[in-house]
Amino acid sequence: MSDTLTQAPLSASPPVSDSEIHKVERALIDQSAQAPLLFLYSSAILWLLAATVFGLVAALKIENPGFLGSVPFFTYGRVWPAFTNAFAYGWASQVGMGTGIWLVARLAHVSIKRPTLLIFGTVFWNIGVTIGVISILYGAGRGIELLEFPGFVQFILFVGFLLIAAWVAVMLRLRRPGHTYITLWYLAGAFFWFAWLYSAGNLMVGSKHSHGVLQAIAASWYAGNFVSLWLTSIGLGAVYYFIPKVSGKPVHSYHLASLGFWSFALFSGWTGMTRLIGGPLPAWLITSSIVASILMIIPVVTVTLNFVLTLRGDYHLIYFSPTIRFVFFGAIAYAVGSGISVIGSLRSVAGITEFTNFGVANTQLMLYSFFSMVMFGSIYYIIPRLVGCEWLSSRMIGAHFLGAAYGGGIIVITTLVSGLLQGSGWNNPGMSSSVVVQSMMPMTIGRIIGWIFLAFGHFIFALHFLTMLLRLGRPSGRPTLFAGHHEEVSH
Amino acid sequence: MRFPFLFAGIFATFSLAWFGQTVIPSIQLGNLQPQTEEDGSDPYPVNNSGVAARGRKVYVSEGCVYCHTQQVRAEQAGSDIARGWGKRRTVATDYIYDNPVVLGTIRIGPDLANMGDTEVVDPITQKPRWRDAAWQLKHLYAPTSTVDDSAMPSYKYLFEKRKIVSERSDDALKLDGADAVESGYEVVPTTEAKDLVAYLLSLNRSHPVKEVKEANQAKPEAPAK
Repeated sequence: MSDTLTQAPLSASPPVSDSEIHKVERALIDQSAQAPLLFLYSSAILWLLAATVFGLVAALKIENPGFLGSVPFFTYGRVWPAFTNAFAYGWASQVGMGTGIWLVARLAHVSIKRPTLLIFGTVFWNIGVTIGVISILYGAGRGIELLEFPGFVQFILFVGFLLIAAWVAVMLRLRRPGHTYITLWYLAGAFFWFAWLYSAGNLMVGSKHSHGVLQAIAASWYAGNFVSLWLTSIGLGAVYYFIPKVSGKPVHSYHLASLGFWSFALFSGWTGMTRLIGGPLPAWLITSSIVASILMIIPVVTVTLNFVLTLRGDYHLIYFSPTIRFVFFGAIAYAVGSGISVIGSLRSVAGITEFTNFGVANTQLMLYSFFSMVMFGSIYYIIPRLVGCEWLSSRMIGAHFLGAAYGGGIIVITTLVSGLLQGSGWNNPGMSSSVVVQSMMPMTIGRIIGWIFLAFGHFIFALHFLTMLLRLGRPSGRPTLFAGHHEEVSH
Repeated sequence: MRFPFLFAGIFATFSLAWFGQTVIPSIQLGNLQPQTEEDGSDPYPVNNSGVAARGRKVYVSEGCVYCHTQQVRAEQAGSDIARGWGKRRTVATDYIYDNPVVLGTIRIGPDLANMGDTEVVDPITQKPRWRDAAWQLKHLYAPTSTVDDSAMPSYKYLFEKRKIVSERSDDALKLDGADAVESGYEVVPTTEAKDLVAYLLSLNRSHPVKEVKEANQAKPEAPAK
């Protein structure tokens, strides 16, 4: 009897196609994600602006140590960690969690039924980052890279993360049965790995029994994995989603993807000690990290090949689609940055490049030119779907791209060169310390110029984002593309 | 890909790396003890307390670690020893009391692992690299007054400028040129500055250690002073 009841109205209405059902489903998911994701993204972008200020101040301080005078809050040794932490936890982790949640919801076909959980998580996270950055500026940082926040702050952050990750776990649990798409591999990995990494890293570094070289080992392991298994995972997952999505083609090879993912998962976790080549660590431990770094060639080549081959034939999309332009730029930066990591991990090269700006440039390349660019691209795709209007101006997106691509590029190149100068200087015993340091200074001016480009790009981006938050975007249902309006009309 | 398989793989790969990169080193180094000498002299290293331990906190709080390392690489791994940054490479034993450990990962300035070693020689001047507390304080107050072209920021806020009441304090800085203060005033280090300098001068990783066989062979008599 119930069958006839449910069938009656259906047969009376016109047939509904699968694509229409999917469209409605996607709209429902996006609607459910609106409040928590806009909150996550807004906080992330505010932290990006704060990090830009800190980064610019730090670059100016290196060039002119007297800049801003002798003020404890703005001494280089505090502004630099304030920058790295605001960037890593305020911007990168939050924007990564935002994009990660949206991708999981989309791919698991689950709407967000408990947005308050995510909102509370974000509140905790932001309280943590705020107190943490202020603590560093007040001189209460712990002095351990990427674990500078005081212990109780790390706890607040972890509570925030668990509230957010809990919902990711629920979505994965409730996912529609069937094929698990590649992006979900990386995201399931990222959220699981970070929970373990963050708690273990803090316990091993912060415990009363932690001291000496063991602490340095735990810290290097944490910092290396924070970049690779946490942020890089999210970044690669996003690239695997957006390139096929926007180009409308399936991923070139499932087998390459599988090989790329498993080799990435297997080797990444071992690469942390390349930050201390030549340091007072057991030799086998450093060697294991160098070997793992070299083996990372396998995932990097397979993953990059897969991205390039998927987009092959559709390179014009780089010209038209903001998402593809940012995301593909990021994918190439990933390949370049990973290649530099491999080269820098060789003992013969590390003799010069270790403990120099070479490593800073590499991190900048991975966290900015790769990860952040992919996140910008994903924001350009996701936000219109959350707020129901389109980006106001393709020119603003273009200006943001120019600032971010050139600024990031200038910073990476000048920092890399300054690292090589620094390394060869330190390796020349006839060169006094101040001569070595002065030899880097011309490059420092390049870095400042790069930071000004970034500041410009980020300001435009934040302004554009604000117009979307206020629903001032174009009501048109067609995405904002580069290269003129006639293109838009002709579609 | 089946989800249980995916999750098992995510778990297995990470736990393997975690075990190999943190648990095994903990087993290997967790019980590292100070090195005791057969001749009954003091064990090495000693656990600094008091002034130098307070100075370490200032070192961490001011973020010295973001420009200075405290680790000397072996001869074949870089020119650290040739630069006069230490007589031997540093090893795990050197750091057993350090918490937080400030090995550092970048050298915007020179390595500080042996700032308190009075013997190690600077290859350019052919004189000991060691500087006394007065020099260190002056360097912190006005870096370019002691090192031309120094890129270090000034730590003036760790000092106090005050009116001379009856006569100059013993620890007042001897400043000249552009850094001098008007007459009737003097610059004295705060406790933080004095602690920091005491810490810097306590840094001495020249004691021969068993891990570095070369060092033992070069100096079999192991002079403590």
